[in-house]
Amino acid sequence: MNIGVLIEVFNAVNYFLNNQKIKVGLMRLVDRGIPLNDPLLAIKNLTTSFRIADDYYAAVDDVTLTIGKNEIVAIVGESGSGKSALAFSIMGLHTRARIEGHIYYKGQDIVPLPPSKQNKLRGKEIGMIFQDPLSALNPLMIIGAQIEEALLLHQPKLSKKERRLAVIELLTKVGIPRPEHTYGQFPHELSGGMRQRVVIAIAIANEPKLLIADEPTTALDVTIQLQILELIKKLKNESEAGILLITHDLGVVAEMADRVAVMYAGQIVEIADIYTLLSAAKHPYTRSLLHSIPTSKESQSRLHVIQGIVPSLQNLPRQGCRFRSRMPWIDPSAHEDNPTMHEIAPGHYVRCTCYKSFHFPDQKEVNDIHVLS
Amino acid sequence: MSFLEVKDLKVHFPSRGGILSKKIPPVRAVDGINLSIEEGQTYGLVGESGSGKTTTGRAIIGLNAITSGSVLFEGYDLAKGGRRSHLDVRRDIQMIFQDPYSSLNPKKRVLDIIAEPLRNFERLSPMEEKLRVQQLLEQVGMSPEMIYKYPHEFSGGQRQRIGIARAVALKPKLVIADEPVSALDVSVQAQVLNFMKDIQQEMKLTYLLISHDLGIIRHMCNHIGIMYKGRYVEQGTTADIFGNPQHIYTKRLITAIPNIDPLQRDKQHIYREAVREEYERAHDSYFDNEGFALPLKPITKTHLAALPERG
Repeated sequence: MNIGVLIEVFNAVNYFLNNQKIKVGLMRLVDRGIPLNDPLLAIKNLTTSFRIADDYYAAVDDVTLTIGKNEIVAIVGESGSGKSALAFSIMGLHTRARIEGHIYYKGQDIVPLPPSKQNKLRGKEIGMIFQDPLSALNPLMIIGAQIEEALLLHQPKLSKKERRLAVIELLTKVGIPRPEHTYGQFPHELSGGMRQRVVIAIAIANEPKLLIADEPTTALDVTIQLQILELIKKLKNESEAGILLITHDLGVVAEMADRVAVMYAGQIVEIADIYTLLSAAKHPYTRSLLHSIPTSKESQSRLHVIQGIVPSLQNLPRQGCRFRSRMPWIDPSAHEDNPTMHEIAPGHYVRCTCYKSFHFPDQKEVNDIHVLS
Repeated sequence: MSFLEVKDLKVHFPSRGGILSKKIPPVRAVDGINLSIEEGQTYGLVGESGSGKTTTGRAIIGLNAITSGSVLFEGYDLAKGGRRSHLDVRRDIQMIFQDPYSSLNPKKRVLDIIAEPLRNFERLSPMEEKLRVQQLLEQVGMSPEMIYKYPHEFSGGQRQRIGIARAVALKPKLVIADEPVSALDVSVQAQVLNFMKDIQQEMKLTYLLISHDLGIIRHMCNHIGIMYKGRYVEQGTTADIFGNPQHIYTKRLITAIPNIDPLQRDKQHIYREAVREEYERAHDSYFDNEGFALPLKPITKTHLAALPERG
């Protein structure tokens, strides 16, 4: 790939931006081996901070990540790790946060855009599937009107009749059995799985190129969860959209993702493709998480517990490895003073050097776990 | 005679509908459940939302009125008599609730929360009470100095442990745990599950574990019952259910568990499609006209399933 040409193309699109900055940024992306051939979304050094008392605290700290066309990137983390804050930053839904860094959508930085321009992207280019379908839908509006709202905003030229037809087509697409009937129903008349299908229909109404799914199946039963996940996969294959899947469920990740970013306390601690992550995870946090899920192996009578608790936003260590306090049995000198991402294999990034000397407390030495064995 | 024996338990909720509040057929939340648990074992109750698993648990502990059937706990029939009967037996049955955020009174200190069952059943002086609560806190792995704190000062896992300390305060014999970890993160989940196993051994507890998460059920339980619309579709040991599922609903539930191995995606997809097709094709023969499960039939000594006549 000719990097020079690529940079020129990039610059042409971003003529209004600082050229020098982009060049440096691009070079850095290339250095890190992030595929640049067609990054649909490229998040660079994004920091989202919230104001508590008189100080700003970063809920998302220096996140760099790309999502390609037709790719599912999963973000895994526990509650409070900043994964939803990241999704909201991309959608521009934070009203009072301070956002630093860049979010390039198709090469254009969307962070400095005024709200009116952001509105043009939201719901049209970037769609979002929310976690709880009951609170995402308006209880006083019929389903059809709620989906039409999304069409009305971004495709105002459609006539009333065309809109109705489009809605019915959408409802069919997301697998609702009687679309004409459901068109006139209220959210409370539908089951949880059907409601989530409606939320998905709204998200894909304008055929977005990027879909952000924030815990799309957490509120659902396991059989319904499977149906929704398969629906999302099917829609992705049809539209070749990129999907950012946010979840805490490693099972869902294993089923869906192409690549995975693991977040801990606001930072990405590991990025790898799904196979690498599940067979050769390196970061202590990723390994601990994988170790703590109940598996079918009968030998495992006790589950692994990560010592300590996730520090709250105000108590985050501002320097050093954030996972350090949760692995006190490891020599503190194993950590970097200012942990950075290290590329240990093509496309596999790990933060901090502590992974080299990490072992579980009940094991004596460095030992890789293999979930896939 | 088992430790806990539930015979033909029915919990129906009467309902009225229409503008004249006509009587309409009751909602049959639990419709003829039989289960028995041996002392020191863990029994898992699985089902999707609305299957009646929580109602079953609440009926056993006395939070829902029982329509018919019997609940024999060490020989006492808890279904007979009013809410205040069998008080001496009821202290032996305690409950761990699902959501550690809403099951602890935010206005009460930890001391008052954990001491509440003690105050109901035992006469202790304030000093004795404080000592007992501190012991309990130590037992659940928390610092005894925390008795004067309020629930909001704790994390989810710690709150759930306070809930557990309250449940075991009276040294119960049976603990009903209704989705004890579904509101918690994976790593905290592991902590609470380990801890539940530890105190089970220490205090010889018997658990009735209600959950929709088959991974947890498999990890924790000796016996499993699978519910669908208020009835059992299958019942057996953990090995029976996961190794040799008979009912199409059970098969569907098990195949829907996310597979942690991405290399198996395609294989899993084909298998799921096959199970789904079988489910749709055979649905009518496995369920009656109203969509309820058929009566259970024995397959082996421990394994029962609601199979159609020929099966």
